[in-house]
Amino acid sequence: MPGAVSNAALIGNKNMKVLLIDDSRTMRNIQKSVLSQLGLTQIEEACDGQDALSKVGAFQPELILVDWNMPNMDGLSFVKAYRQLNKQTPMIMVTTESEKSRVIEAIKAGVNNYVIKPFTPDLLAQRIGETLSKKAA
Amino acid sequence: MDPALITPFIASIQNVFSTMMQLPVTIKEPTLKKTPETTYDVSGIIGMSGDVVGSVVLSFPKQTAVRLVTLFTGTEMAPDSPDFPDAVGELSNMVSGNAKGMFSGKRKVQISCPSVVIGMGHTVSRPRDIPCVAIPCSCDCGDFVVEICVQERPPAAASPAPTAASAAG
Repeated sequence: MPGAVSNAALIGNKNMKVLLIDDSRTMRNIQKSVLSQLGLTQIEEACDGQDALSKVGAFQPELILVDWNMPNMDGLSFVKAYRQLNKQTPMIMVTTESEKSRVIEAIKAGVNNYVIKPFTPDLLAQRIGETLSKKAA
Repeated sequence: MDPALITPFIASIQNVFSTMMQLPVTIKEPTLKKTPETTYDVSGIIGMSGDVVGSVVLSFPKQTAVRLVTLFTGTEMAPDSPDFPDAVGELSNMVSGNAKGMFSGKRKVQISCPSVVIGMGHTVSRPRDIPCVAIPCSCDCGDFVVEICVQERPPAAASPAPTAASAAG
């Protein structure tokens, strides 16, 4: 994954805490593998929005990757609820929802970037890198 | 059935399999499916609601599913592993979600979380008035079929849209 390695240079803080929110363990594992290529290993996982809200207080994530369609609490509801608590932490929506109206809805709710499934490891690494660079600027 | 609701699935299968698994897929001649039994013994089921209603089933022979899951997750796992249905479900979710994004016009469509059924001879209940189109597919991991049973919701229909497909196994 050469792209991920070059994007790793964009990640200044390798101790950054990342929260992955997706109801599919398979997807969380794919994302973990990309994060690990970027040198990020402090990872917490949540299986839906409710689970994530119960974990953010103790874990204090510095980057969040969130799916849209999940049981109990979907990603958009999580983003809206979390933005009431925290306006700073960058969030990337990683979802199959590709309609323009959905992307706009997510950005209005407070996500900083958007990745449409299916994605290559390179693309996800690139979006993580650019999201963190913009936040740091 | 409106072909505009079928062709996005063909593009989506090829896109998802090539992006996530670097796996080219050959699409064969679609047929109308008349029986409720799924073609093979592993089914990833997604319900659609909103302006398009119905269900989509990715139906795999067990061995094909095992090979695909190995490629998709990078880990070899048996069908009785708890992560096996999760991987089949995520693959089905990606194919349906990606196809939904390609529906033309301003259709608002929601997809359900995936359900996965494993076992020989199981059936998936479908609305009787919606024809089911089976798209046979072939790749290096084996053959599989995508069974699409969807239709545009009549504009007059005001009752709540059906949720996920029901599966019985």
